[in-house]
Amino acid sequence: MKGTHLGEFEELVLLTIATLVSNAYSVAICDELSIHADRTVKLGVVHAVLNRLEEKGLVKSELGEATATRGGKRKRFYTLTGAGKASLLRAKEIRDQLWQKIPNLTLNRI
Amino acid sequence: MKRIKTPIANSKTRIEKKKTPTPPQWATRFLSFYCRPELLEDLEGDLNEFFHRNLQTKGAFLARLIYILDVLKFLRPYTLRKPRLSTGNFMFASYVKTSTRVITRNKLFSGINIIGMSVSLSVGLLVMAYVSDLYSFDTTLDNKDRIYRVISSFHPGGGPAKARLASTSWKAGTLIQQQVPGIESMTILRNWFRGDAQIGEGKIPVTGIYADKSFFDVFSFPLVKGAAPTALKEPRSLVLTQTTATKLFGNIDPMGKVVKFDTVTYTVTGILQDLPTLSHIHFEMLVSLSSINVAGPQLPGGDGNYLDWTNFFSNYVYVLLKKNTDPAAFTAALERISVRENASQKPDRKITLLAQPLKKIPFGTGMGNEIGPVFSIIMLYVLCGLAGIILLSACFNYTNLSIARSLRRSREVGIRKVIGAQRIQVIGQFIAESVIISLASLGVAFLIFLLLRGQFLAINPDLAKTFSLSLTPRLGFGFLVLAIVVGLIAGLLPALFYSKINAVQVLKDASALKVFRHLTLRKALVVVQYTFSLIFITATVMGYHQYKSFVRFDLGFRTDNILNVRMQGNRDEVFVKELAALPAVKKVSRSLLINSLGSITGSQMSYRSDSAEIDLNYVDANYLPLHQYTFLAGHNFLPKQKDAPQTEIIVNEQLLRRFNIGHGEPAKAIGEVLTRSGKNLTIVGVLKDFHYGTLDRPINPTGLVYTAEPGGYVNIKVSPINVPATMTAVETLWKRLDPVHPLDAHFYDDQIEEAYSQFSVTLKVIGFFAALAVCISSLGLFGMVIYTLEKRVKEVSIRRVLGAEKGGLVYLLSKGFLLLLGVAAAIALPLTWLFFQNVVLANFAYHQPITFTDLFTGLFIVGGIAAAMIGIQTLKIVRANPVKSLRAE
Repeated sequence: MKGTHLGEFEELVLLTIATLVSNAYSVAICDELSIHADRTVKLGVVHAVLNRLEEKGLVKSELGEATATRGGKRKRFYTLTGAGKASLLRAKEIRDQLWQKIPNLTLNRI
Repeated sequence: MKRIKTPIANSKTRIEKKKTPTPPQWATRFLSFYCRPELLEDLEGDLNEFFHRNLQTKGAFLARLIYILDVLKFLRPYTLRKPRLSTGNFMFASYVKTSTRVITRNKLFSGINIIGMSVSLSVGLLVMAYVSDLYSFDTTLDNKDRIYRVISSFHPGGGPAKARLASTSWKAGTLIQQQVPGIESMTILRNWFRGDAQIGEGKIPVTGIYADKSFFDVFSFPLVKGAAPTALKEPRSLVLTQTTATKLFGNIDPMGKVVKFDTVTYTVTGILQDLPTLSHIHFEMLVSLSSINVAGPQLPGGDGNYLDWTNFFSNYVYVLLKKNTDPAAFTAALERISVRENASQKPDRKITLLAQPLKKIPFGTGMGNEIGPVFSIIMLYVLCGLAGIILLSACFNYTNLSIARSLRRSREVGIRKVIGAQRIQVIGQFIAESVIISLASLGVAFLIFLLLRGQFLAINPDLAKTFSLSLTPRLGFGFLVLAIVVGLIAGLLPALFYSKINAVQVLKDASALKVFRHLTLRKALVVVQYTFSLIFITATVMGYHQYKSFVRFDLGFRTDNILNVRMQGNRDEVFVKELAALPAVKKVSRSLLINSLGSITGSQMSYRSDSAEIDLNYVDANYLPLHQYTFLAGHNFLPKQKDAPQTEIIVNEQLLRRFNIGHGEPAKAIGEVLTRSGKNLTIVGVLKDFHYGTLDRPINPTGLVYTAEPGGYVNIKVSPINVPATMTAVETLWKRLDPVHPLDAHFYDDQIEEAYSQFSVTLKVIGFFAALAVCISSLGLFGMVIYTLEKRVKEVSIRRVLGAEKGGLVYLLSKGFLLLLGVAAAIALPLTWLFFQNVVLANFAYHQPITFTDLFTGLFIVGGIAAAMIGIQTLKIVRANPVKSLRAE
């Protein structure tokens, strides 16, 4: 079931794309992740993951505007596909189900 | 992979570039080199963005560094571009199919190229087989990479010049054995065992090499019978090769049999498998080195004792180094031995030992006393160079003719391109075509090669003995590679030319194609071809003239109808008397050497306080009259008793000049006395200068000393009538004198030709190449003429209709080609002349001047062939009915 399974980092990237809505391109994703995940996120890793997600059909991309700081190169904007949304929801569902199974007492004991 | 840039963004970056630092360009270029096109823009943009960010926070240096590191980090499998040259672009089956069609359709083109390429390839194959043989010498031996031969370097006569001998002293061998570490085994050989093997009643002459007991440790020649470690241990042991065993004993098992040489009996202790043809050493048998009594009588010829350090003319030392021994350390050890031994020697006897690897031995490097035949490395280069030129010439033909027939083919290429052929595919098709032609030629070339091989080996008896030129899988592979390389070279330029064709232009109007842009290139190729052809042929003509002049040279004496018989150690007294009694024999004389054939002997002589090296020959009283030497003063020797002391000498003018005797008047020299090793020789006659050596050697001071029985040769002046009968008579007499050895008699004139055989062999080879070069370039020119004239048929027809003269037209059409020939001649002839004048003839002290005939004969031949071809073709076009060609549109 490789197609729908999400890795931890993949899930984070997918979520970030969802949060950034129309500004989801590699550098922005990288920055956003760095803020929220509180860890240094390498551009190369993000690129690789984006590439993989696109291969899995979870995101789609299109070229957008070019800026001077990018040396006249256009940005590639990512948006979630239906499959991407579904797999995010599925991941959340699994977690929620598991969360619900934990009794409050047990958690407090830890 | 093209980067799409919006004009605005582009201009912005350009402005910024001036103020702010930019990321390193090479890194960007590297990124775009490896990155997949669809990912590239995005990646590049991101990197730029980060670069700008880092520029603000971290400074230019760090920003650049991070940029570079990031570029490298992006080098991941998913970003890598797929290899651009996918095999999908090459359509081999299609290439082969269309190529075969093209080849069969254009019979003239294919014919010319296949003939030219086959002929040149066959020569290429021959040279390749020759080179391959040279590198295959001694390959059957184990440990061949660790075997070294110890050679000697010394200064002859104590002068500054260095000479090297393949031989070394016996003592050197012994010293190496005792003192040099790191040697697995070593063996000492000694040349020149000659004798008549006596088995029962019969006598059979055989030659052999002395070898010590460890011979088989160094050389792993397989023994058929006998034990390798002991076969050569005992004195008077013989190891025969299989051929020699059969020659001596027939079918009887020779092991343990006794063979008598003179009075000494030897025992056969081993039978050796016949040596491979490709062996640097050849012998009929091995004699144990221990047979030589080193303490015995001194050697003949004043060489001193066997074991002297300076007796380094007949012994050969081979060493098998241990696996971990450094050859340099071995050389250093040899050097130390030499220094120690030389300390007590005179300057002309200081010998330096050197090590020569076994595999280098077949490549002669001007060393004396070689144990077997060697092949000059220069000759090898020359052969390779000549073959290369011939091959290139054939390639030029292909290139020229392919481009010349563009009128026909360019439209085809145009259509291909319109259908969607890429440039690389057009190139592929044309290369495939040329390779197919060259492979087809390889088939024909191989047959020619088989024919040529026999001819080549027959040039020189040495070649046939030492080369097999046999086919091996490796050689076959080499042939294939050669053919493919030739095909590639030939097809490269046409392929590039056709691939550049603009499809639209060609299809609209084929004649608009600028084929003539390549005319300079094609002209240049033709000129190069003809230059080489002319150089070869002129060199052959000049060489032949010189060779003839050498053979017919006035040596200062007569050589016609003189039969020289080598005495082979027999006493000549009776023989000479019997010969003189034959009716066909006019005169008989005796001499130690035959003058003017290249073998020389000499001695230090002094006159008053002056001394010089004098060339000598020992002759009897009949020698000078028989050869009709010219006396300037004095008289011939008077016959004396056999054992009378040598007291008289007849000298040449050069000797008088050297010692300044008689001051130009030969008569005054009569009675003067020369001394040689304390003994006096009185000058009784002065001869006009004659050639004692070959013509590459200047005339030196020369003397003839009287000896009643010099022992070398008997010279017989015979009547020119019925020579075969005379020969038979001489042979009968010889048989009576020496039943064992066959008669060795040659006419003087033939021997002189033989003395220059090196020269004539070279001439034959160059002449052969000249013929090939002329053929190939003529074929090429022939094709060129046809294709070029094809384009001008209409022009000629119009000119004819307008009333042009036939003669004028022929001149108009052919002058371009003749001009090319003229240019080639202007380059080739002076070059050849200079080369001969300064290089070849500089080596010959006596030679004929180069004549105009020499210089221009070749040009006439080549020019004649070219003119005939051009003339026939142009005439054909000029004579055709102009109406026909004009009407056909």
